[in-house]
Amino acid sequence: MSAEGQHLTRLAAADIAAAIARGDVSAVEVAQAHLDRIAEVDQRVHAFLHVDAEGALEAAAAIDAKRRAGEPLGPLAGVPLALKDVMAMRGIPTTAGSKVLEGWRPPYDSTVVARLRAADVVILGKTNMDEFAMGSSTEHSAYGPTHNPWDLDRIPGGSGGGSAAALASFEAPLAIGTDTGGSIRQPAAVTGTVGVKPTYGGVSRYGLVALASSLDQAGPCARTVEDTALLHAAIAGYDPRDSTSINEPVPAVVEAARRGDVRGLRVGLVKELSGEGYQAGVTQRFTEAVDLLTSLGAEVVEVSCPHFDYALAAYYLILPSEASSNLARFDGMRFGVRVGDNGERGVEEVMSLTREAGFGAEVKRRIMIGTYALSSGYYDAYYGQAQKVRTLIQRDFAAAFEKVDVLVSPTAPTTAFRIGEKVDDPIAMYLNDVATIPVNLAGNCAMSLPIGLAPEDGLPVGLQIMAAAKADASLYNVGAALEAALRDRWGHLLIEEAPAL
Amino acid sequence: MTTTTDDVIDFDEALAAFDPVMGLEVHVELSTNSKMFCGCPTEFGGEPNSQVCPVCLGLPGALPAVNAMAVEAAIRIGLALNCEVASWCRFARKNYFYPDMPKNFQTSQYDEPICFNGYLDVEVPSADGVRTVRIGIERAHMEEDTGKALHVGGSTGRIHGADYSLVDYNRAGIPLIEIVTKPIEGGGRFSPEIARAYVTALRDVLRSLGVSDVRMEQGSLRCDVNLSLRRSPEVPFGTRSETKNVNSLRSVERAVRYEIGRQAAVLESGGTVIQETRHWHEDTGVTTSGRIKEEAEDYRYFPEPDLVPIAPDPAWVEQLRATLPENPGVRRTRLATAWGLTDFEMDSVINAGALDLVEETVAAGADLVGARKWWMGELARVANDRGVDLVDLAITPVQVARIEVLVAEGALNDKLARQVIEGVLAGEGDPEEVIASRGLAVVSDDGPLLAAIEDAVTANPDVVEKITGGKPQAAGVIVGAVMKATRGQADAARVRALLFDKLGVVDE
Repeated sequence: MSAEGQHLTRLAAADIAAAIARGDVSAVEVAQAHLDRIAEVDQRVHAFLHVDAEGALEAAAAIDAKRRAGEPLGPLAGVPLALKDVMAMRGIPTTAGSKVLEGWRPPYDSTVVARLRAADVVILGKTNMDEFAMGSSTEHSAYGPTHNPWDLDRIPGGSGGGSAAALASFEAPLAIGTDTGGSIRQPAAVTGTVGVKPTYGGVSRYGLVALASSLDQAGPCARTVEDTALLHAAIAGYDPRDSTSINEPVPAVVEAARRGDVRGLRVGLVKELSGEGYQAGVTQRFTEAVDLLTSLGAEVVEVSCPHFDYALAAYYLILPSEASSNLARFDGMRFGVRVGDNGERGVEEVMSLTREAGFGAEVKRRIMIGTYALSSGYYDAYYGQAQKVRTLIQRDFAAAFEKVDVLVSPTAPTTAFRIGEKVDDPIAMYLNDVATIPVNLAGNCAMSLPIGLAPEDGLPVGLQIMAAAKADASLYNVGAALEAALRDRWGHLLIEEAPAL
Repeated sequence: MTTTTDDVIDFDEALAAFDPVMGLEVHVELSTNSKMFCGCPTEFGGEPNSQVCPVCLGLPGALPAVNAMAVEAAIRIGLALNCEVASWCRFARKNYFYPDMPKNFQTSQYDEPICFNGYLDVEVPSADGVRTVRIGIERAHMEEDTGKALHVGGSTGRIHGADYSLVDYNRAGIPLIEIVTKPIEGGGRFSPEIARAYVTALRDVLRSLGVSDVRMEQGSLRCDVNLSLRRSPEVPFGTRSETKNVNSLRSVERAVRYEIGRQAAVLESGGTVIQETRHWHEDTGVTTSGRIKEEAEDYRYFPEPDLVPIAPDPAWVEQLRATLPENPGVRRTRLATAWGLTDFEMDSVINAGALDLVEETVAAGADLVGARKWWMGELARVANDRGVDLVDLAITPVQVARIEVLVAEGALNDKLARQVIEGVLAGEGDPEEVIASRGLAVVSDDGPLLAAIEDAVTANPDVVEKITGGKPQAAGVIVGAVMKATRGQADAARVRALLFDKLGVVDE
């Protein structure tokens, strides 16, 4: 890989777009540099399930032609992006990390993909993920795990480990993730990158292979707060195809990311998201970051959200319940893999064989839990009760946002753990999301951004900022302030310290 | 499948021992332009799988969006059935695996139907003549239709024993309204007629609302008959069967009658009725057992998280209520009384599709006899020749009324009136314009008529002789000659009167 190409892959998205707009570099050169980087390192990282080199170069050439013709270009024109494999993209394999969808090429574009295309973003390919986004390590992918670029023996988080690893390994400056219980934020935290779960309804779910409809939310991932905001602005906004989409203007996230001013801002520390179970180095870096916010002029207070203690339990009833229904369509009848259809077997048997072979253990576990929780006679005790907890958590947030503008916590209790360490212990795995789940249950928004390396293992630590529903701009304002202060302290972004691979 | 013939006991014998209780579930396919949750067209009879998209095929990632026209139709149906309209309600997922259902769940409504607690009054025969029975409506809720499976091979056309199956998803996602009655008790021996009268009345209401084609043979109106027997009205309901595939009004009646006889036979022989789905066979007039599930189906209903709740604006609901058409049963009775028509005569007007047209023609000033005569006669013939519905002819009730008034006043005769109608249908303008441009007014001045009569009498001395000789029926020749001479613009009755006057003969 040329030095020039190497340089291009380390640029921020905003700088790439500016360079292309000025004509300093072509979109094709930028795309090629990233494809070269993928070719160089992805055998070791395994961030991608499918690289669409041809499509990416074609899209890049079209953008270069547009620029030459003097047509207007968007703020991210020509910037490469890694797309989580849970997003339908016309004609491009979309597996959601599952064997059951092996070989399926959607006949349509998700709304997010349509908006990326409209914004002249260059989609490089599809990234690895836990099967149907069920997991926190990307080890539950049917296509093998993704490796954390900071330490290839460790997990990159999940479910969107592929997208986060693509950013941290400089394979792409932008990525799309989806976040049902932390699948954007926890991977961001353990890879030293930035990720935002927008307010529920802020980004269309049309074309997002559903895990849990009432919790799923697609969002932007990048290496800087500003890049994340630019991507957020490109994909967000009302979509009549998604009934739960918010019909209001997109929050002014880019402006907020360029403001970065926390003077007089009230910041709440969530008492329930600290202490036992949090790694010492995580707590240490978190405390330092909070002190930094104070020194920047924020007013920091402790806030209690007592029902957060029940969030994990409620989540693991609501999610499996909805998933059991959402995943019913994977039966081998209309698309994807079909198993055991020998001309003799009946339809029910073929459906069973297809699902038996097509789904991994974690998916089956959650389908069974969800089927049970929705069953007649158990519904009130499980699904009904969990929905009540959800309401209580929403009230906790509402009460907290009466007192403060944003809440903060560590994004994940630990830094990246070793591949294989927790894969056979579902509860230990689920606990990774203890700090991120409340936001999904309440439907508001949150960001994770890097705040340093844990002294004990030298791995990235993430800080989570949570804001009220539709207050997504606050995330970017606080995130930008913190990012700038940390960059001043270190002289560079944390991601610059990632191994070269 | 092995078809065993069930024992059935005589209907009267069954009724002597048992009290039947019915519940009727009617599924109506709405005639909206697009499907319930996507923009695909809903036309019947398209090439299989030509009217599908990612949403109605349930492809991964696709999401539903509610068709506002279907919600409006559901509310109008509810209002026409005297239901309450929910101020807030949700869709729910009904989960079960079947290949004709793309998502393996049906988006339906469960404990929050959009309309509930209504009634429909129907007229049914009883021992004391016709009486009105109020059928309680439990609920009317929205849902999507499934695809259609075609099972190829095997003897039964059902999935079991078939060699393979084909599925057409054109129907998947078409909006359905399911209308469920409360238990219909006290029908006794008239239960079959009550069931039929209810479905008929419901069909008429739906047709008057214009929300559905209500064609049972095409499946746009489908009825499931739930029936149970008990020893007396004082004891709890017995176990019910649910009979599907009841696809004509006659079959509704026959299926109820059959199930009463079959269940009575089971109970009389000391057996127990099994709660099961049964299939009605139109050709043989029997029901057969569907597959009996070893355990009760658990649909694991839960609120549809992909759709936001529906909260109809009360002002909008009131606006829909205010613009509802009159109940067809009430209207029929009102018009039959006002017009003095028999049931048979009313049927012929309704079946000709002429009820609205006749009513509007009368309202525009024509008398009933004339209005019926034109719409059911000349205009029905023209419509039939052209293969169109009466209502689609290029003539309005106001124009027909005007023509009929001119006939009554003697300004037109029937022959001229037909020419005026022809002119209006040809786009030559209103009746007056056609009369003026074609010169069709009746000649009312006696002068020209007398001259023409004089000529005709002179030319036909033999005829005059017959008339004066006591054969007044021969006068037709003279009258005909005069009509010919005046190019049909004479009033034949006037010509005849003037002729007899002239000959000094009294017309009998």
